[in-house]
Amino acid sequence: MNDSRFTSRSELIGILVLAVFLVVILPLCLDVFRLNLVAKYLTYAFVALGLVICWGYGGILSLGQGVFFGLGGYCMAMFLKLEASSVENTKIQSTPGIPDFMDWNQITALPFFWKPFHSLTFTIAAVILVPGIFALVIGAAMFKRRVGGTYFAIITQAVAAILTILIVGQQGYTGGINGMTDLRTLKGWDIRPDHAKIVLYFFEVGLLFACIFVAQFVRHSKLGRILVAMRDQEDRVRFSGYSVANFKIFAFCIAAIFAAIGGAMFALNVGFMSPSFVGIVPSIEMVIYTAVGGRLSILGAVYGTILVNFAKTSLSESFPELWLFGLGGLFIAVVLAFPNGLAGIWGDYVQPRISRFIGVRKPKAGWTDNSVADGAPAE
Amino acid sequence: MLVGHQPKEFLLAVSGLTVSFDGFKAVNDLSFYVEENEIRVIIGPNGAGKTTVLDLICGKTKATSGSIEFRGKDLTKLKENQIVKAGVGRKFQTPSIYDDLTVFENLEISYPRGRTVFGALTFTRDAAVRDRVHEVAEMIFLKDRLNMSAALLSHGQKQWLEIGMLLIQDPDLLMLDEPVAGMSVSERVKTAELLNRIIKDRSVLVIEHDMKFVEDIAHKVTVLHQGQILSEGTMEKVKNDPKVIEVYLGH
Repeated sequence: MNDSRFTSRSELIGILVLAVFLVVILPLCLDVFRLNLVAKYLTYAFVALGLVICWGYGGILSLGQGVFFGLGGYCMAMFLKLEASSVENTKIQSTPGIPDFMDWNQITALPFFWKPFHSLTFTIAAVILVPGIFALVIGAAMFKRRVGGTYFAIITQAVAAILTILIVGQQGYTGGINGMTDLRTLKGWDIRPDHAKIVLYFFEVGLLFACIFVAQFVRHSKLGRILVAMRDQEDRVRFSGYSVANFKIFAFCIAAIFAAIGGAMFALNVGFMSPSFVGIVPSIEMVIYTAVGGRLSILGAVYGTILVNFAKTSLSESFPELWLFGLGGLFIAVVLAFPNGLAGIWGDYVQPRISRFIGVRKPKAGWTDNSVADGAPAE
Repeated sequence: MLVGHQPKEFLLAVSGLTVSFDGFKAVNDLSFYVEENEIRVIIGPNGAGKTTVLDLICGKTKATSGSIEFRGKDLTKLKENQIVKAGVGRKFQTPSIYDDLTVFENLEISYPRGRTVFGALTFTRDAAVRDRVHEVAEMIFLKDRLNMSAALLSHGQKQWLEIGMLLIQDPDLLMLDEPVAGMSVSERVKTAELLNRIIKDRSVLVIEHDMKFVEDIAHKVTVLHQGQILSEGTMEKVKNDPKVIEVYLGH
């Protein structure tokens, strides 16, 4: 604990286990359809990862992560949609060469803000920068004025609601309630067939691990400890010479950028993007994934996301109307009984037994963050 | 002050300071001056505005009018973290430490380097930081508890830890709000010893109720009552002031 290495040995083992699980076990066990479902789940894991930094460590509960997921997803979808709307593909439209939904809405020329999305480089930059800058603006507006806690959570919800309404309302520019569908190729490479799904899955897992390493780096830096300190005693941090608002903005921006990367991968893996992934309900679901996985555990967030989504898919296949109740119940149960989620259960019950069983002397290891999880969870 | 007399350089010059909360003046036209290396104790009955004065100096509360000059800078115009950077350190009444971090990490956060977002990301725990943390930990009697979670410390140890966090900041003006409240007798003695050691080369502003403790450390005492100064001077002078005896010491 006393030396802040990048990762400890036990964390490295945790990351390796996850890597084996995602790179070897899942692709071997699942058919392409199911693997693609996992790819979809993992796009939410990016959001959950960001929430661990922002909510778990920084204590900033954002109920509007869908906004950033959506912005990232829409940026990617705009590029893919433009590529799918070549003059050749759209020659039956009254204005060929523009996305189909624009044509249906009597728009005759590509709007100016769509034009840069012909470039993949611009799109990738936009996936990161648009949500990043938007989070910066919201964060600066809120945190510099010392808006926090519940008020902040409510405002992020409002933003999610506003963005959904905006997207649905501006049908001609955004595809409206249906979103952007029929995405086909990435630089001429068809993203729809099975082999492309597999390649995209592995690419996504690679990106996820990149984000995990960034999150680990942040957590093990002094900044990570300042976030925890702020959660406990905001005033003490402020009167130790730190600008608390800037640190909160940073945590919020990191979470936004992670969410946006997830959104972009969603557009690629699933092949469409719609406002139903932007609004209040998906945003809250994303918080639940984090809570179930353990809001203090970077790897726990990934497992939590996969598990809840897996349950969602299997349950909503058989009992579609019961699923939302199940999800709500799960959230309440986790908050009441296991405030540190799966990672907490693992660290408190499973890990000590395993250690005893294999005779390892040091009982504390695994993918819970003991330095933080030991203390009572902050309010 | 005599006309033409060159005013002395004060470390802290509070003049005409007023703050009103919905018309209630918690601090009313208050002026006082603290010299370099002076230990000033503020006493007074409950609700006299003592803590508010510290809040105003460190920027937690914004003044309605008046000025707070510290080394030629007007603190009322600075943000909290800029005030810290200017050299003012503040200890809160209840121990404000980070329960979820270790004693070492608590102290490290107060080390005056890497205070920006980027600086905190690239901060490395080098020998200078480690040495300083160990040095301070020894002063605050927590040398062998560096790797312990701060939540497990006793109340007195938490108070020391917070004092230690301020020491690492190395402020020119140290403000302590009831540093010995809730401490056992032996802890008080140790705290007095600690304070006497750390006040070298800096000015200290202390709020305290424990009169024996005040007598031990104060150079000068300011008695506040209803947001205004009731009396000011040496402990001897203040103690024998009939107004002070009536509103405060007589109880």
